[in-house]
Amino acid sequence: MSPVNDQQEDNGIVLTEAQKKARRMRSIAIAVCLGLLVVLFYIITLVKGPGVLNRPI
Amino acid sequence: MSMQSETARLTSPLPAGNDGARLGANPVGPSLATPRDYFETLKPRVMSLVVFTALVGMVVAPGHINPVIGAVALLFIAIGAGAAGALNMWYEADLDALMSRTMKRPIPDGRILPGEVLGFALFLAVFSVVAMGLFVNLLSAALLAFTIFFYAVIYSMWLKRWTPQNIVIGGSAGALPPVIGWAAATGSVSLEPVVMFLIIFIWTPPHFWALAMLRSEEYARAGVPMLPVVAGERETRRQIALYSILMAPVGALPFLLGYTSALYGAVSIITGLLFVMASLRLRNAAEGKATERAAKKMFGFSILYLGLLFAVLLVDQGFGLSFGQLSW
Repeated sequence: MSPVNDQQEDNGIVLTEAQKKARRMRSIAIAVCLGLLVVLFYIITLVKGPGVLNRPI
Repeated sequence: MSMQSETARLTSPLPAGNDGARLGANPVGPSLATPRDYFETLKPRVMSLVVFTALVGMVVAPGHINPVIGAVALLFIAIGAGAAGALNMWYEADLDALMSRTMKRPIPDGRILPGEVLGFALFLAVFSVVAMGLFVNLLSAALLAFTIFFYAVIYSMWLKRWTPQNIVIGGSAGALPPVIGWAAATGSVSLEPVVMFLIIFIWTPPHFWALAMLRSEEYARAGVPMLPVVAGERETRRQIALYSILMAPVGALPFLLGYTSALYGAVSIITGLLFVMASLRLRNAAEGKATERAAKKMFGFSILYLGLLFAVLLVDQGFGLSFGQLSW
């Protein structure tokens, strides 16, 4: 087994700085989207009232 | 497609023969994709056209839709269109890598893994349809689901690599957004949205064939049976002219059927005639540079033409110039 693989076995997958940065940006984007969805669903519920799931075909 | 090649498609970070990995991409291991790369897979420019035509369908529909619900419906339509675009980008990554117009897209450029795009697209497709069904109505949700399916499966996976009629039949997917917008507002479909569907449907072949004429060598290299590749330039020019001659009266249909103002009538008839003239100039252009120039003009004018027709439809309704609803 190569030294690189040995090291990975010891430490698991080690992310590079670029990979960490990309992951951080994706995490922030997911958090923002989830926050916006909460606000959106809240507004829809206010607009549609208690019958939010009553949907005419 | 064999199971093995399908597995390779899902797991391989790059299409075979692509250089993305050498250009700083990440062939194995955790992803380097940024939110911007994900956003690019949604084809934002196509998405904006879809939202615009859906908005027109929604605004010209009779009755009243709550502005918040209307905006929400447009958002879900945009997300659904983005999902369809991402599925298309996932499936066509091998073709995209061979064409200069598309080789910088996130997958062939090696910025994002195909599997990431597939998961993202499927999630957005399901989310947009379910949300549309829950918050708007079931008919618009069903139409949105059909549009995504038609574009991703019927067009991208089947027609595109199989027949030169790919964009003729596949044009249905691009023509459906105004129908979805109408259905979101009314919960039904009547003649007017069908006419809007027809306008985009008939417009699609001359628009894309003009582009395909300019890119025919690339399409040939990628093995895509576009009309100029399969039938030649002469036949393509003839077909463009035929569709354009059909386009002019279809473009004027909303006026001829009596549910738009004279403003739309004048704009659609004048621009329809210009559309035919552009196609005839292309038809009669000398081989070589003259044809290329005429194809570029045809392509550019076709975008202006469709944008203008739908903008006038919007203004027509916005200023209360148009008449009531037709029924079957």
